[in-house]
Amino acid sequence: MIRRHALRRILTWVAGFVVLGFRELWAEAPAASEAEGAGEGPWYGMGIDVEKCIGCGLCMQACKTENDVPAEPHFVRTWVEQYVTQTDGTVAVTTIRPGEEREATPERNVLHSFFVPKLCNHCANPPCVQVCPVGATFTTKDGVVLVDSKRCIGCGYCIQACPYGARYLHPVTKVADKCTFCYHRIEKGLLPACVEVCPTQARVFGDLRSPASPLRRMRRMHKTFVLKAALNTEPKVFYSGIDGEVR
Amino acid sequence: MTPAVAAGLGDLAQRVTGFAYPNEIEVHWSILIVCYPYLTGLVAGAFILASLVKVFNVREVQPVYRLALLTALAFLLIAPLPLLLHLGHPERSYEIFLTPQLRSAMAVFGFVYAWYLMVVLLMEIWFEYRRDVVLWTRNERGPLRWFHRAFALFSSDVGPRAVAADKKGVKIITVIGIPSAFLLHGYVGFIFGSVKANPWWSSVLMPIVFLMSAIVSGIALVILIYMVAWPLRGRAIDMACLDRMASFLFYAVIVDFTLEALDFTHRLYESEESIKILAEMVRGKLFISLVVIQVLLGMIVPLGLMVITKLLSVEAELRKLLYFASVILIQIGIFSTRWNVVIGGQLFSKSFRGLTTYKMELTGIEGLLIAVTLLVLPFLALTVLFRLLPPWPDDTPREAEATGSVASS
Repeated sequence: MIRRHALRRILTWVAGFVVLGFRELWAEAPAASEAEGAGEGPWYGMGIDVEKCIGCGLCMQACKTENDVPAEPHFVRTWVEQYVTQTDGTVAVTTIRPGEEREATPERNVLHSFFVPKLCNHCANPPCVQVCPVGATFTTKDGVVLVDSKRCIGCGYCIQACPYGARYLHPVTKVADKCTFCYHRIEKGLLPACVEVCPTQARVFGDLRSPASPLRRMRRMHKTFVLKAALNTEPKVFYSGIDGEVR
Repeated sequence: MTPAVAAGLGDLAQRVTGFAYPNEIEVHWSILIVCYPYLTGLVAGAFILASLVKVFNVREVQPVYRLALLTALAFLLIAPLPLLLHLGHPERSYEIFLTPQLRSAMAVFGFVYAWYLMVVLLMEIWFEYRRDVVLWTRNERGPLRWFHRAFALFSSDVGPRAVAADKKGVKIITVIGIPSAFLLHGYVGFIFGSVKANPWWSSVLMPIVFLMSAIVSGIALVILIYMVAWPLRGRAIDMACLDRMASFLFYAVIVDFTLEALDFTHRLYESEESIKILAEMVRGKLFISLVVIQVLLGMIVPLGLMVITKLLSVEAELRKLLYFASVILIQIGIFSTRWNVVIGGQLFSKSFRGLTTYKMELTGIEGLLIAVTLLVLPFLALTVLFRLLPPWPDDTPREAEATGSVASS
């Protein structure tokens, strides 16, 4: 009799947890798409005009300095890739090393060559936020994906889930780290360090909801693309002037 | 970061063939994460073997029923350790239980694990052993007696009604247990299969392939322990039991092999964007671990050996030898399967333009020595469990003894 009573109580508790869990899931389910027009307040994103990037790498340096990113080249919040397509169709991709002398791309047999700055895409449908088991990775109300370093347990699931290679495990703090759009700066009305330092204004930062923002203007003037659109992550970093080789 | 670590990463960067994103040089999920699905797979597989006895009344396998349950428990106790050791902040691991983010597949870990340990395994073992434990306490002294009394929750009723209730309990828990075992390992497969960013992992078949390979590895493990532990305790191996288990193993390997072949064919036939880099990886960095160890040594050779035992009338001693060789090969093969999933999924760049390298440390938390320790620990745990709850069928107090004691009390 006592056993049956205990069993019933356990089942009630389990059922309660299941119901609560589903309620939470329901409440947290993201809206189908957080389009620029929907919602209120700023909704930050970045535009990158590949035609303007000269591959100087100042953005990489500025980011490392501003955000205490480890000096080694294998930990980056932002990086710049160089694509060189040969006339026979082969494509060579490299990551540029700031400050390192590079040989000029030989013009013979080269179809085209361009630089592509990369960073966290601050996706509107971010897989990293979805997989974080403790909610340490989250989206702010203004659309910036951040990591709470005091909450992150360092499991690395978000690193696996990011299709863009934008995250790394910080070798000192042992938590996931990535671009924050320099949240500490944009909160004060400043620009992200990489945007501030770019000599050719290849990077444009702004509010996707504001008609007057430079990002809105850039998207009006250029046809833009997002990376790996088929994965439905809804990136908020928009590229103009790239071709299909860029992933 | 120490200069040695930085130099190590620099060295790895040199070994990238093609192009990889800069943050991909470091392989984040190491050998410890290979151990985790391997260990949980053994738990699920051993439990499913045990369930065959109770749910499907496969009487030949009865001698290893308790062994299978204890094996599942021993491996389940150690299974979370590699995860814990791998965390950047293990001291915060309790957050998964206290404030889980319920949209995360990984957050469900705490609940699945707790459910399986508390509701399924411990309760089934309790119902199964209670009568015997109560009877053992009558002739025992010292700490073991206290352990057994506490284990039985100080119950002492071994009358027919109580024993019948225990049997009913075992039956109910087993019925709940089978879907739970499926959940436990299917869930581990889901953790990988649901990562859409990674084409090597992202597959709806992943949980099912994980589950079937878990059943294969679990049955093989119980056979292995049975063939080693029984002779060590001076007990004869029951050939009917061994043949039946080997038969289950044979069919499980065939299903597992078919599923993996389906997955492979499907990928090749669909030939998506990632196929070139994946093919390059399979032909190159994964050739030994996937083609040679997982498929050839871990599946085709054991299948061949088991076919020999089925087709030819092989005498018992040789049959034992062939079974023994098969289960050892299968264990190595399934460990290799886990390796190929976990490490393989990180060896290609998500730019699909290059391959990286995983260099395993020898010492250090994510090193080989810790991994070997974690693979040995469940066997130590099992030895302790054998002492506390002997699984040997002839240690079970006889019916007359039980009824006699009840009559006298």
